[in-house]
Amino acid sequence: MKRRPARGRRVTNTLVTVWAAGSAVLGIAILFWIISVVVGRGVGALNLTFFTHLPTPPGVLGGGLINAMAGTLALTLAATLLAVPLGLMAGVYLAEFSEGSRAADFSRFSANVLMGMPSIIVGVFAYTLVVVPLGHFSGYAGALALAILMLPVITRTTEDMLRLVPNTLRESALALGAPRWKVTLAIVFRAAKSGLITGVLLAVARVSGETAPLLFTALNSPYWFHSLGEPTPNLTVTIFNYAMSPYPDWQQQAWGASLLITTGILAVTLMARFAFREKKP
Amino acid sequence: MMKTVHNAEPAGETASPLRAVPRSARKTSASAGGDAAFRWITFVCSLFVPIVMLAIGAELIRSSVPAIKQFGFGFLFSEDWNPVVQSFGAASSIFGTLVSTLIAMAIAVPLSLAISLFLVELAPPRISRTVGTMIELLAAIPSIIYGMWGLFVFAPFMANYVQPLLGKTLGFLPLFQGPPLGIGMLTAGIILAFMVLPFISAITRDVFQLVPNVVKESAFGMGATTWEVTYKVTIPYGLVGIIGAVFLGLGRALGETMAVTFVIGNAHRLAASLFSPGNTIASTLANEFSEATEPLYISSLVALGLVLYLITYLVQVVSQMLLRRMYRAWSVGL
Repeated sequence: MKRRPARGRRVTNTLVTVWAAGSAVLGIAILFWIISVVVGRGVGALNLTFFTHLPTPPGVLGGGLINAMAGTLALTLAATLLAVPLGLMAGVYLAEFSEGSRAADFSRFSANVLMGMPSIIVGVFAYTLVVVPLGHFSGYAGALALAILMLPVITRTTEDMLRLVPNTLRESALALGAPRWKVTLAIVFRAAKSGLITGVLLAVARVSGETAPLLFTALNSPYWFHSLGEPTPNLTVTIFNYAMSPYPDWQQQAWGASLLITTGILAVTLMARFAFREKKP
Repeated sequence: MMKTVHNAEPAGETASPLRAVPRSARKTSASAGGDAAFRWITFVCSLFVPIVMLAIGAELIRSSVPAIKQFGFGFLFSEDWNPVVQSFGAASSIFGTLVSTLIAMAIAVPLSLAISLFLVELAPPRISRTVGTMIELLAAIPSIIYGMWGLFVFAPFMANYVQPLLGKTLGFLPLFQGPPLGIGMLTAGIILAFMVLPFISAITRDVFQLVPNVVKESAFGMGATTWEVTYKVTIPYGLVGIIGAVFLGLGRALGETMAVTFVIGNAHRLAASLFSPGNTIASTLANEFSEATEPLYISSLVALGLVLYLITYLVQVVSQMLLRRMYRAWSVGL
């Protein structure tokens, strides 16, 4: 057998090790670069006025984004209320009743496809479905688009989490004479609680930073909103509009809003992870 | 640990919960009605996801009919985009989508593989967990934040350092000619790469982990180095899954909107140079949709959306097929 010199192989191996570690460092560096820029530029915009006042025209001091903050919360809340019950129930079917069902297979496949569907397409869908018949932009259309983005995430997480619950738990509850629905809602849900909360939190985190599906559904507005039936102000579209404007004070506010959104989402994401980890030491 | 990214198969190709329960235990006369109703309600809820998926396609087709009637198949190949004379073609948007995605994948795939290699084979468990979490956090940062950072920080960085350097060294290629504007195809592609990186590496990490240790150990036992084991054993063994991951990232990159809209420059034209501004389907929609008023204009934009829908649908189908095959072959759930 021909002897292969070890030196070249070792050099290659070292190079690859360095490359792999370097890639990981690059990934982390990008994360911290982005976070530090957002914090560095955004923190200057945060003051009491920012949280308590309505937007002002460019150049006029004393503007805030209270309406956009409230709008983002309202849109996210509406989407959550729409998507969570549906997603939970769909997940129950897939995990508990779907054995051998073709429909369930297709449902799973659709959920995966929908999760990968560009959010702007969902925005176009909500536009043609709600905005066109209504004849004006509306927060409901935005909430619908966000709910569509949440639904598959919650469905799939719920299914995965329910499947982690051991069968013995279901059997003992059934043996005590509990009906199937009670077993699911009272026993299985309780056992999977932390996982389900994690799923919902991650879905909320995901949609609360979405911009594309709101651009031509909820649109944006510099005024206070009275219901979701009108164009609804929101932080992300505000960031987009302000960042693209030539006015430094608006751009400054866009950074403030960016900091707010990023902090909120990273906090919820980390909280979700923590909630899940707590359960399983 | 909780995964933020879900793909492929659920945990249960194994026995479903119900099967283990004796039939007689399931139905008592008192609970049978309630159970049937409960089961039916959950079934109806589970139909929403597929209905929405199909409804999106149907709705896009319905609304793009006027544009299809007006332009026919020529829509896909015409470079024209002129709202004033109502003449629309998708070529520059499709071109931009493909080019920016290609750049993103060329950067993100090697990076993701390297990161997975680091996390699974090289780093000690504690470091691996921390680094892994940070990489996953890249996926949590909203698209618009990438856009802000890209426009105000990364694009100037490209214009001042990276593009002049590329122009000097590789400027003989038409790809790297032209003024270093910062914004443009290349910048968009690089930012896209960072955005899809966590999605690809989440799966390639799984793939690396799922290759049985015995297989790796036998290669190590033959005297192979870590790189040789990865290159000759792990990657071929998990190839189906890796390709599935690549397709998943591809789907993400194709439809990514806000970050691209911020940095690509939004020009409706085909250009050879990666330094020049361009557009993608998603960025065109983001920029022009809320301002479009004429029915044909809106219809053309929806038709662009339909093209994107069809492309991503196809990519998703391929990626689901590959990942499903991998997880089933290895009979493990995700």
